[in-house]
Amino acid sequence: MPGTIPIALTVNGAPVSRAVEPRLNLVDFLRIDLGLTGTHVGCEHGVCGACTLLLDGDMVRGCLVLAVQADGAVVETIEGLSERGALRRLQDAFLARNALQCGFCTPGMLIAAAALLAQDPAPSRDAIRAHLSGNYCRCTGYHAIIDAVEAAAAKP
Amino acid sequence: MKPPSFDYVRPRSLSEALGILAARGDGARLLAGGQSLMPALNMRLLSPELVVDIGGLDDLRGIVERDGLVRIGALTRHVDLQRSAIVVRHVPLLAVAIDHVAHPAIRNRGTIGGSIAFADPAAELPACAVALQARMIVAGMAGTRIVPADEFFLGIYETALGPDEILVALEFDAVGPDQRSAFAELARRRGDYALVGLAAHARVDADRLDEVRLVYFSIGPTPVRARTAEALLTGRPLTRDTVTAAQAALAADLDPPADTQASSAARRQMARVLLARVVMELLDPVPIGAGG
Amino acid sequence: MTAPPFSPFDRPNSYIGRSVPRPNARRLLAGRGQFTDDVQFARLTHVAFLRSPHAHARIRGLDLNAAKAAPGVIVIATGADLARLCRPWVGTLTHFAGLKSPPQYPLAIDRVVWRGEPVVAAVAATRALAEDALELVVVDWEELPAVADMETALDPATSVIHPEFGDNKAFSLHLESGAVDQAFAAAHQVIEAEWHFGRHTAVSLEPRTMVAQFDPSEQRLTVFQSTQTPYQMQDVYARHLGLSDAQVRVVAKDVGGSFGMKLHVYGDEMATAALSMMLGRPVKFVADRLESFVSDIHARDHRVKARVAVTADGEITAFAVDDLTGIGPFSAYPRTSAVEGNQVIRLIGGPYRHRHYRADLKVVFQNKNIMSQYRAVGHPIACAVTEAMVDLAAASVGLDPVELRRRNMLTDDMYPYTSPTGFVFERLSHHQCLDRLVGHMDYESLRAEQERLRRHGVFRGIGIAAYIEITNPGPAFYGVGGARISAQDGCILKLEPSGQVRCLVSVTEQGQGTETAMAQVAASVLGIPLDAVRVVTGDTEVTPHGGATWASRGAGIGGETVLRAARALRDNILALAGTILQAHADTLDIRDGLIVDADGGRERMALAELARIAFFRPDTLPPDFQPEMTVARHHVPRGQPFAFTNGIQAAHVEVEIETGFIKLLKHWVVDDCGRVINPQLVDEQIRGGVVQGIGAALFEECIYGADGQMQNGTLADYLVPMAGEMPDIVVDHVSTPTVYSELGAKGVGEAGTAASAAAVLNAVNDALRPLGARVTTIPLTPDRVLAALGKLDA
Repeated sequence: MPGTIPIALTVNGAPVSRAVEPRLNLVDFLRIDLGLTGTHVGCEHGVCGACTLLLDGDMVRGCLVLAVQADGAVVETIEGLSERGALRRLQDAFLARNALQCGFCTPGMLIAAAALLAQDPAPSRDAIRAHLSGNYCRCTGYHAIIDAVEAAAAKP
Repeated sequence: MKPPSFDYVRPRSLSEALGILAARGDGARLLAGGQSLMPALNMRLLSPELVVDIGGLDDLRGIVERDGLVRIGALTRHVDLQRSAIVVRHVPLLAVAIDHVAHPAIRNRGTIGGSIAFADPAAELPACAVALQARMIVAGMAGTRIVPADEFFLGIYETALGPDEILVALEFDAVGPDQRSAFAELARRRGDYALVGLAAHARVDADRLDEVRLVYFSIGPTPVRARTAEALLTGRPLTRDTVTAAQAALAADLDPPADTQASSAARRQMARVLLARVVMELLDPVPIGAGG
Repeated sequence: MTAPPFSPFDRPNSYIGRSVPRPNARRLLAGRGQFTDDVQFARLTHVAFLRSPHAHARIRGLDLNAAKAAPGVIVIATGADLARLCRPWVGTLTHFAGLKSPPQYPLAIDRVVWRGEPVVAAVAATRALAEDALELVVVDWEELPAVADMETALDPATSVIHPEFGDNKAFSLHLESGAVDQAFAAAHQVIEAEWHFGRHTAVSLEPRTMVAQFDPSEQRLTVFQSTQTPYQMQDVYARHLGLSDAQVRVVAKDVGGSFGMKLHVYGDEMATAALSMMLGRPVKFVADRLESFVSDIHARDHRVKARVAVTADGEITAFAVDDLTGIGPFSAYPRTSAVEGNQVIRLIGGPYRHRHYRADLKVVFQNKNIMSQYRAVGHPIACAVTEAMVDLAAASVGLDPVELRRRNMLTDDMYPYTSPTGFVFERLSHHQCLDRLVGHMDYESLRAEQERLRRHGVFRGIGIAAYIEITNPGPAFYGVGGARISAQDGCILKLEPSGQVRCLVSVTEQGQGTETAMAQVAASVLGIPLDAVRVVTGDTEVTPHGGATWASRGAGIGGETVLRAARALRDNILALAGTILQAHADTLDIRDGLIVDADGGRERMALAELARIAFFRPDTLPPDFQPEMTVARHHVPRGQPFAFTNGIQAAHVEVEIETGFIKLLKHWVVDDCGRVINPQLVDEQIRGGVVQGIGAALFEECIYGADGQMQNGTLADYLVPMAGEMPDIVVDHVSTPTVYSELGAKGVGEAGTAASAAAVLNAVNDALRPLGARVTTIPLTPDRVLAALGKLDA
């Protein structure tokens, strides 16, 4: 049985040290070891986007990264991003437009939308649809999400 | 759906990594961006004793152009290819193809070396490498060897890499002023693996193509060159009849598989359509960034 | 302002008919939702299941020794072990006469009947360790012939899955109305076609998830479960695990999508509850995505042969249909797998006024995953068959599809109307919906554009699909057949000392906005601000027993329940106010949280002040006056077995005829769900439903081989609609409230899904018509389109 490996990283601005099994992926580490349950597990094979989070500032799939690979990294999740207000425009727009139903995809969807707006402050509807194609939503049919991202982009 | 247990090591140098591979052999798997390895681990399709994380080997990153050669480190991420002015200018086929590879979150982790070494027959980058006659720079304990792309892909997920070797870089000739590339694929949904894709490269002189390379993917165990069709398109004025003849010749060049996404016959039909599209594109290119 | 009885709908501060944001959305947006897998437990254990790799096989032996010795393992349990703790269940109901299904156990005992059936459970300290242990289980399998193809399931040469039944037929039904043969004999045109509908599945983004926690000291089982129907599950756990209802509590926290999939009884879930009783510890089960594909119920899987009779002037006089559907090896419990086929043959032809109808339904067993109710049960099949046949009828007599529908749809003077299949339509609005739809689409311009583009080799199509939707189900749905599934709902409303109101209601929330809609009803009837109402759902220990959420019943039945409770609480509040203010209750009203004079609106006292007196100074009230600040009301629909809504959809598509690829350009819906409580919630229910139907039309199919193996059971291979390919969807409403409730709301959960696949199918065939091609199988894959166009090499 392989042993655990010590890792030290920054999660939502705070330093974290743990010893983890090599096979533990980052999203399970965040959810189980740190109680950060806002990042969701939808498929565990990198397709659905529910586990989207920021790793060293880049949007990644939490199920396709090992926790040991995050040693020394900076991780931000929906909890941290919400608390520092990084998603406020999008969250307000999603609320106003009812761009979420069950809410399971929503944290990943918000992070993906924020990544788009960071590189393209005024994306077209087609560009929004293309960019969000890696994030499944089974409830909304996407239209309201596209509207909400468009509205958030239009706000100063 | 949790991965089986494995040991993990993160070497600090290429020689350390090669030493580990030499010592552990078949029981070890290299982890680069992890975008193909991690799903396979999560599904327990693989159960390596040891995962060797080469993510710390910074020498394997980066894109440089010198004397008409573009060298792309194996750990260069898809997103880095997308953002690279060198790639857009000198290896535009990669710049076009990369937009079709999965989704932004995957492109932020996935690496060119990982995609090439994983050798998924449905992947875009191996076909591009073959179309452009890339040279694979492969390191082993005995030193470095160069494998031409044409000889690199041997079967489904099977390459010329030995169990104790690491793909460290790819080398491309910068495209000349008379050379053009074209790329097209048909995927059910944006970011999906293509039902059929085609990477093409040629020397273009008005309405004539020379040194044509048509490399299909998702249509066989490896990237597949359509050699008969290439020959028919080479060295003569391109007319509707030439293209039709080349399309018909695909019957000899391609033997597409059937799977849950498409039948063999549908893939053949799509392959013919893509051929016409890339020929049009070679003759009358759309600037990068202007198309879908 | 009129004095009571007032209408809550036209009060100046009414929330009914207003798009207000969902109060519970804030925490979901902040990552503070609490889905079942997010709840923390002490001494938690994790279960994983070894699932059958074969579609049909005998278990000759099990070697569990290595698994039992694996690190972290707490128990390894077999079907026989759990059969001692859990009584089997049978998925039949008496109102589906002749329906057969054998007893089903939590885990297979000596035989497996589908690939994915759970066989061995491993409980361990972590999910990973449980999976490690399962790799060490050795099963001695004897493969048996698999029944995969429903077309041959009833052939004498086909092996019989359940020998005790003698054949593979689970259920059959014949409907006959009018003079069908004469109608066909007299027809100007008889059109025949055969339509195929692939299997698909719900793919809720949150998989099935539960934590069962049995406390041996109190002999109480608490189940946290991602379910639509906590009360039904409380009853199921109690009866099958040898407990009383009172010993079982089921709690549904946030539910990450359900769509009808999370209300069936699954062996792995029963096993989880039984294991918790065996261990006296909490046991967590989270279906991973791979096991979801082979264990969540599948849906559809129909082959329908249809004939329609048309007169020379385009009058449809008769439909005749033959529906064959495969349901896997069991009829699902407790709702059965007969409902979908039953609804298919009863809904076909629904919007039209033909009087002659014949239908035959055969429901057969197969060695595939169990098929049962999923969003819009039966509707999409019925709608697609009807609307596709209507388009063929139009073409056969040279009429535009819109014109043919105008000539055949039920008209406003025909209600109440009894359909040939026995449905009674109180009042529908087909023609208003069609008129609005045509206006939104600018139908004539689209047709002109279509003509113009065809000359340039661009093939666009317009598809129209009218629908009816069954909502507000009463006991006729399940209760009459013996199912312990409530058709009534309950609501407890409490005025609290703060002057705020708490609403405990049995309908449940999965993101559709149930809690918001209930708050809107309560606030409107009571006359208080929306944010003064807090709605609590989904805990059998707290909320009244009720049906919860299925078949579009939340707004119609739950809403009426809340309305009645709110009216009762309002009466009690005004009675108390009258006593305090020494005024007649009839002269007072509640507006914006204040007791006011009904006439003139002068402020008399705040609700918080009234509540203070009620709770802390009742001594100041007359000795014979007891304030009742908590009320409970129940409601079940009466007067009709269920309600009907109607609407119409249109799809605009472009077919790339060289590749068979289909591009969705736009989609329109005009729906009539009666009184709309929250237009935004209704619109988004419809849009989400439309896209699930588009999934069925274009992408989603559980593909099985002849060996009964599902071949595309990953999220990479089973294609779910994504943002990039979906169109913008225009939604509009006509409102015909039902008179069988005061609220007048019907329901809207299925409407989008009911007709979107039909609209897309018709649009694609409209595009292909000038090429002489027709596609008759959904999903409309490039392969099928190319085959229809004759573009595939032999």
